[in-house]
Amino acid sequence: MKTLRLVLWVPLIAFLVFLGVVAFGLYAPSDRQIRSGLIGRSIPDFDLAPAMPGRPGLSSANLRVGQPHLVNVFASWCLPCRVEAPQLEALARRGIPIDGIAVRDRQQDLAQFLTNYGDPFRAIGADVDRRVQMEIGSAGVPETFVIDGRGVIRHQHIGAITEGDMATIVAAYEAAR
Amino acid sequence: MIAEAGLALLWLAAALSLLQLILGWAALRPGGEGLLRLVRPVAVAQGLLAALAFLALIWLFLRTDLSVKLVAANSHSMKPWLYKFAGAWGNHEGSMLLWVTVLAVAGAAVALFERRLRQDTLIATLAAQAAIGLGFYAFLLFASNPFTRLSPVPVEGNGLNPLLQDPGLAFHPPTLYFGYVGISIAFSFAVGALITRDVGPAFARAMRPWVLAAWIFLTLGITAGSYWAYYELGWGGWWFWDPVENASLMPWLAATALLHSVTVLATRAGLRAWTIMLAVVAFSMSMIGTFLVRSGILTSVHAFAVDPLRGAFILALLAFYIGGALLLFGLRVRHVKEGSTFEIVSREAALVVNNLLLSVILGLVFVGTLYPLVTQAFGQEISVGPPYFNAVAGPIALILVAVMAIGPMLRWRRDRARELGGRIAVPVLISAAALLALVILAPPIGILPLLGLTVAPGVAAASIAPLWRRNLRRTPFFIWGMVIAHLGIAVSLAGMASESAFITETLVAASPGEMVTAGPFSVRFKGVTPVVGPNWTAVEADLEARRGTGAAFALRPQARLFSSPPTPTSEAAIRTLWDGQLYVSLGAEDTAGRWQLRLWWKPFVTLIWFGGGMIAFGGFLSLIGRLRRERRGRHEEEEATA
Repeated sequence: MKTLRLVLWVPLIAFLVFLGVVAFGLYAPSDRQIRSGLIGRSIPDFDLAPAMPGRPGLSSANLRVGQPHLVNVFASWCLPCRVEAPQLEALARRGIPIDGIAVRDRQQDLAQFLTNYGDPFRAIGADVDRRVQMEIGSAGVPETFVIDGRGVIRHQHIGAITEGDMATIVAAYEAAR
Repeated sequence: MIAEAGLALLWLAAALSLLQLILGWAALRPGGEGLLRLVRPVAVAQGLLAALAFLALIWLFLRTDLSVKLVAANSHSMKPWLYKFAGAWGNHEGSMLLWVTVLAVAGAAVALFERRLRQDTLIATLAAQAAIGLGFYAFLLFASNPFTRLSPVPVEGNGLNPLLQDPGLAFHPPTLYFGYVGISIAFSFAVGALITRDVGPAFARAMRPWVLAAWIFLTLGITAGSYWAYYELGWGGWWFWDPVENASLMPWLAATALLHSVTVLATRAGLRAWTIMLAVVAFSMSMIGTFLVRSGILTSVHAFAVDPLRGAFILALLAFYIGGALLLFGLRVRHVKEGSTFEIVSREAALVVNNLLLSVILGLVFVGTLYPLVTQAFGQEISVGPPYFNAVAGPIALILVAVMAIGPMLRWRRDRARELGGRIAVPVLISAAALLALVILAPPIGILPLLGLTVAPGVAAASIAPLWRRNLRRTPFFIWGMVIAHLGIAVSLAGMASESAFITETLVAASPGEMVTAGPFSVRFKGVTPVVGPNWTAVEADLEARRGTGAAFALRPQARLFSSPPTPTSEAAIRTLWDGQLYVSLGAEDTAGRWQLRLWWKPFVTLIWFGGGMIAFGGFLSLIGRLRRERRGRHEEEEATA
């Protein structure tokens, strides 16, 4: 009879454990960053034609030149890309080399975008069918990769770079040197 | 004005629920008998006010009153009226208002129609229902006000998530909520009975129709939701084991167990504490589900705006209500009298096994759903998906279904094992024949689908057994109900197993004019054309399919782009045939001008939802049967006393 009485309290005890776990989950700072499976790996081979006439295109060979840089995956039709444009400009002014991969873009739209929102890019490759974007592990635009001098992906930033993200990006760049 | 009126109605309803709680408490104290008759009208008025507040919100959405923040954020003037209407609950605040409305209306229904329950228990029940209501009114008013105004008034609204722009939104959430929140009545009944120490067969008989009604809605809601996800998401799956789905499945499992244990209590006066426990657990699962979905704690990878205050608020409500009910259970249930006993081979024993198995499945789903939270506490991020759930829940569900086949053949209290052997001989033979046929004729299939296809026909036969040698016209409705519901389980199981076993999937990039083979069908991809809808544009593929030399039929899947908010969706084309569905969705175009097409042939997949409908219909017949029998019983009583 005594054990039976204890059994009656099991549900309450189980519920209290549940409450503890959930309360912890609610307040624990959870890491909501998505990490690319390609971090720490070498960038796959690709060779993209120039997106703008008279300017260089982008190939994986360009990214293995002994110096770290950023690769920004963007498109003229992407609204968040416009939002992050000033931050990219600021990064370029600091002397950080930035290359672009323009996804599913048209030349005249791209020219317009660069005129309106600034042009921090050294080279822009045209990724017409999104294949290269997929291969380097990017699911959307904008995304920014930090690639070290040996062509290894060191950091991936998903979404627009905001003011608050600048320090992280710069730190990742410095770490890649 | 309407938004202010809605808000005022909501405050009034909240005030009435407080009054209902206080009145109920005072009426149950010594000397409070005079207040007893006041509680019912207050409960009815409270339900009415909540319903009116909800209507006010619908009105605002129908008029697209953009000065209301919720409308501006979730609606659009160019949206078809059906989605303006249903859009009222296609967002957090609106769906919480629906939640609270169902809670209040369910309480009002008990106040209006419940005549069998002892009066003090009824008052305690209504007070408990009011106590739950109070917390959720507070949640609405302080943390999720649907009637907040917006200034300046925007020119146009943001539009509704296109995935929700489907007739499914008009009836799936309300149906589900009637079950999901309606089961609160069982919770309040249990709390009421614990307060007045009135746990017996009469209490069980009073509770049963309410449980049954909520369970019917829950079954329908889950079935409809499953079909909706199946055709709307364009992935061709009918169950994904995601936290939101599990949040609706867990109350269903508990309610199903409750439905059966309450019968033992009503008929044989057994399983008293257990039945009370299940009644508490069923609605607790609804509240926990609401918490999991609303706090964003489990869907954190999705881009929903998550407000930690809301999560904390609901968590506090959970702690108070569930904790309170379990505390009351621990304190009071030991005073509940022991029920009558039964032997190992008996209907009661089968129902106990049924309850245990349902509880085990419930526990496994619960653990699987929450496991990511637990590991997160130890610094590891994981997700739990179908491989876990199918592997752990599948085999137990199969055993459960087998027990379900045997249960109705057993007599109450005591039966002979040898006689049972004779009764299950035919179903067992049918299952054995099915297994043999599958092994010989069918291509190799997975073990779970194989077992499913083996068990289903035997169970189907066993389900009909209670009708054997009965005069069908004189068979009571609740027997018919049980037979049809159990048969529905077998039908649904056959659909699930058949789909898993025999599905064929074809993924191709096709140029216009190309022929594609999908299972037994040959499909010609004729080309694509642009189409325009009221608030979307689309690329529509034109396909012509035929099986063997049969008649050709057209399939037109679309890749849609909704204008507000700009979102691409995939509208699958589905052709239903008597033996399955051909399901086609259209993907993107590649640089060579070829289009991605994904085609599935899903043999007998429709049985899944047809079975679900049968289960709900069986419940409905059973409900009618119980109510009729009671009415007749009451008439006889009245005649006897006259």
